[in-house]
Amino acid sequence: MKIGVFICHCGNNISAAVGVELVARHALRLPGVVCAHTIHHACSEPGQLLIQKCIREKGLNRVVIGACSPRVHEATFQRVLVQAGLNPYLLELANLREQCSWVHEDREAATRKAIDLIDMAVGKVARLQPLLSSKVDVNKRTLVIGGGIAGIQAALDVADSGHEVVLVERTPTIGGNMARMDKVFPTLDCSACILTPKMVELATHPNITLHTYSEVEQVSGFVGNFKVQIRKKARLVDMEKCTGCGACTLKCPIKAPAEFNLGLDKRGAVYIPFPQAVPHIPVIDKSICTYVLKKKCGLCQKICPTDAIAFEQQDEVLEEEFGAIIVATGYELMDWTVYGEYGHGKYKDVITSLQYERILSASGPTGGHIRRPSDGKEPEVIAIIACVGSRDAAHGRPYCSSVCCMYSAKYAMLTREHLPNSRVYIFYMDIRAYSKMYEEFVQRAQEKYGANYVRGRVSKVFERNGRLVLQGADTLLGQPVELEADLVVLAVGITGTASTIALAKKLNISHDEYGFLTESHPKLRPVESSTPGIFIAGACQSPKDIPLTVAQASSAASKVLGLISHDKLETSPLVAEVNIRRCVGCFRCLDVCPFSAIEEQVLRDGSKVARVNPALCQGCGLCSAICPPAAIALSGFTDDQLISQMEGLCSQNPV
Amino acid sequence: MSKLGYFPGCSLEHSALEYDQSSRYVCRKLGIELVELPDWSCCGAHAAHHTQHKLACALSARNLSIATTLGLGSVVAPCPACYSGLKFAQTALKNDPQLKEKFKNELKLDCNAEGKVFSLVELLSQLAPETLKAQVKVDLGELKVVAYYGCLLVRPPKLVQFDDPENPSSMDDLLTAAGVQMLPWDYKVQCCGAVLAVSNPDIQLKLSGDILQMAKLAGAEAVAVACPLCHANLDLRQAQINKYCGSKFKLPILYFTQVMGLAFGASPKELGIDKHMVAAGPLLSKAGINQA
Ligand SMILES: Cc1cc2nc3c(=O)[nH]c(=O)nc-3n(C[C@H](O)[C@H](O)[C@H](O)COP(=O)(O)OP(=O)(O)OC[C@H]3O[C@@H](n4cnc5c(N)ncnc54)[C@H](O)[C@@H]3O)c2cc1C
Ligand code: SF4
Repeated sequence: MKIGVFICHCGNNISAAVGVELVARHALRLPGVVCAHTIHHACSEPGQLLIQKCIREKGLNRVVIGACSPRVHEATFQRVLVQAGLNPYLLELANLREQCSWVHEDREAATRKAIDLIDMAVGKVARLQPLLSSKVDVNKRTLVIGGGIAGIQAALDVADSGHEVVLVERTPTIGGNMARMDKVFPTLDCSACILTPKMVELATHPNITLHTYSEVEQVSGFVGNFKVQIRKKARLVDMEKCTGCGACTLKCPIKAPAEFNLGLDKRGAVYIPFPQAVPHIPVIDKSICTYVLKKKCGLCQKICPTDAIAFEQQDEVLEEEFGAIIVATGYELMDWTVYGEYGHGKYKDVITSLQYERILSASGPTGGHIRRPSDGKEPEVIAIIACVGSRDAAHGRPYCSSVCCMYSAKYAMLTREHLPNSRVYIFYMDIRAYSKMYEEFVQRAQEKYGANYVRGRVSKVFERNGRLVLQGADTLLGQPVELEADLVVLAVGITGTASTIALAKKLNISHDEYGFLTESHPKLRPVESSTPGIFIAGACQSPKDIPLTVAQASSAASKVLGLISHDKLETSPLVAEVNIRRCVGCFRCLDVCPFSAIEEQVLRDGSKVARVNPALCQGCGLCSAICPPAAIALSGFTDDQLISQMEGLCSQNPV
Repeated sequence: MSKLGYFPGCSLEHSALEYDQSSRYVCRKLGIELVELPDWSCCGAHAAHHTQHKLACALSARNLSIATTLGLGSVVAPCPACYSGLKFAQTALKNDPQLKEKFKNELKLDCNAEGKVFSLVELLSQLAPETLKAQVKVDLGELKVVAYYGCLLVRPPKLVQFDDPENPSSMDDLLTAAGVQMLPWDYKVQCCGAVLAVSNPDIQLKLSGDILQMAKLAGAEAVAVACPLCHANLDLRQAQINKYCGSKFKLPILYFTQVMGLAFGASPKELGIDKHMVAAGPLLSKAGINQA
């Protein structure tokens, strides 16, 4: 046994609290240790070279590195071992940074703890065995979930490189929230002009299969080999026969609030969400169609020139396989009606920002003429309240929604273009306009378009003599202010969605309390989810504007391309293994395994024992802990390795 | 709930005697037995909680400990300020066992931290509307009233945990059950100026004037309140408001318990309605209520 120990200063991240030289000198006295060094940055080139030099010159066959968390650099140091000709699993890391120097101030105690951690690592490393990883095939198909601008961009990028893509969108059309918008900051180009061509390109792309009005039902498998069930909900319209003429949508006598227009107007039971929808094919809302409910009406069936109405259609469940998954399920506005001070939703002319987008849009419910919902009149005074449901810990929304400052300025410009005699007031807390051309955009709204910015929160909105009254404070003047307005637009905060949370559970990826998906590392792995092979893009990760969304989508696509450029993937050998001579077939492991990696195996004598599918096993160790006869061992964490680690801790090695 | 500790507080002994009278009347009618806490002391009002957290707690803890000694689980205080003080102290003692221990050892105050502190509106809201309706003897269906809750009755929401802090409805529900026409309006929790009446009367007169203005716009003939300070600002100072705002309000301000009492058949005198500055007589005659 020839063990080398390397203690990292990590600049002074570790050495500020831990006496690294003392630790190294101590290590030299431990059984099996033939050399011990301190290094300024073990992960840097000189650091790596020193470790490799020791391995070669001293003939080391086990390595202990006392540095940062294995989450940060385990892979780096494993490569160092491989390059020096050692099996990468003969390495043990002691976390002297996150679990020692960063959390302790008492230098002496921290040094003693670091010594204990090294004692344990040396104890364990002596028992480690070389492990070999196996290889699995990589499926080259990619699944994209969510058809907003993020999903569209990611799907096109992957498909353009010649790989097959399936896009699943929950609603009857792709386009997402961007399709609701009239013009988009910071250039004020028309949203439809830049989005709809992409929607068409996606639908007609030879490498892309589009499933709208569909949902992911079940996911199993692992990176390179996911198995996915997709439910195609019955549209009750035959997509082959339908030409999208829309005759049915004009005749349907039933009316319900139109989701796409956020309830500002009505749609029929058979409807196309908006004129540029892709696919441009109607869907029948089964919850209100009287033919579906009581076999009455059937008007659409009678007038359809191509006989495309198909009441008998059933949901279809597809089973597909993919190598990688991109999640791009977007955002919603939080439920602002919790704000009693703005009337809990009782005033018709207090609307959300997304509703205002529809009012501004030429294809919206008012044909692009600004009219207020209550009486259809043109408003003269329009007040915008920023940060409703953002930066408000009292309502459980401490974060900034990042786009509302910008679209508020956009509204000032568009409103004044539509109605030159109107007056626009924006009540704000701070203006956050940090991207390229953003500050200039806000300045333009003030200087060229005469937007009135009032710094302060609005404490109350109420009705007086048929007008809406806003009360608040102008914190720059230090005075209370009152404004009478005809239309109030709330810049409502962006939130993750219940649908994303449900999907995250199926995909086994993490999310935060607001429903945003969690990236694997906030700085270095921004589009990777917590599960290998699953990537995230767009507003489902955090509130963001279109430029950032598109950048993130392309980044996720490039990660996918990197993954599927391999024909085979190495699997981790740190998996559980069942000793069939000890297994009594109780299958407690089957219940606890979160990855469904435990299978039944029938022995020649007919008895049943457990078997671990190494491709599914993630090495969590739950089965090995629960197994009553201790028949399951986790490679790299076997009982004798862990006991040896404990012995290292308990042996009173002289300091 | 039928028997609980009653903390009238200083106002209800003097300037708001009629709130005390009418509260006791309504509770008696509804079968709620109020046991006035013997030897209760001032809750400290604004002075205490602006000076020192512990002092404010100790003052209210003293009153709570009297209830505990008598074995009364719950305490009700009609005045929102007293209620707020008691609730604040009780919550502090519940969340801070060290403080509770300290009060016990050093001040000999032992409070049941699990007991409940009610405002009178909250207490009566626990009753089924049928219970209230069963007591109604006089039809007040002609009376158009707005309920004014003030800043403190339903706030701060984390402490009070009762009703909506921005658009409350509990008092409206009580009075609707009593047969009154309750009108919707938007100034239910707007501040009346409170103690600024003493230090900055201009501000209070403007704020209270706004409230009366909104009540009028809503079509109200009277305002129902649940707070002695709101009452003083809107009733006692109504003439000053008129002078300051150039208005001509003559809007009776009634405690919600007085309105309920009228519905339950009490005479205005029994309920102390004759004690107000803005006479309610004309309104009551119009509504067909016998003034004797
Ligand atoms: C009022 C407002 C104005 C804005 N104006 C601008 C602007 O002018 N300029 C700008 O740059 N940005 C603007 N933004 C931001 C912009 O809307 C977002 O950056 C962008 O829409 C994010 O795109 P996305 O694809 O990530 O999400 P989304 O647009 O939300 O798309 C998500 C898609 O996923 C689908 N989906 C959801 N769950 C599932 C599921 N479980 N299965 C399948 N599909 C699912 C949804 O139906 C939707 O189609 C604005 C935002 C708001 C709120
Ligand atoms: S972007 Fe502006 S308006 Fe939106 S939450 Fe952040 S600071 Fe508030």
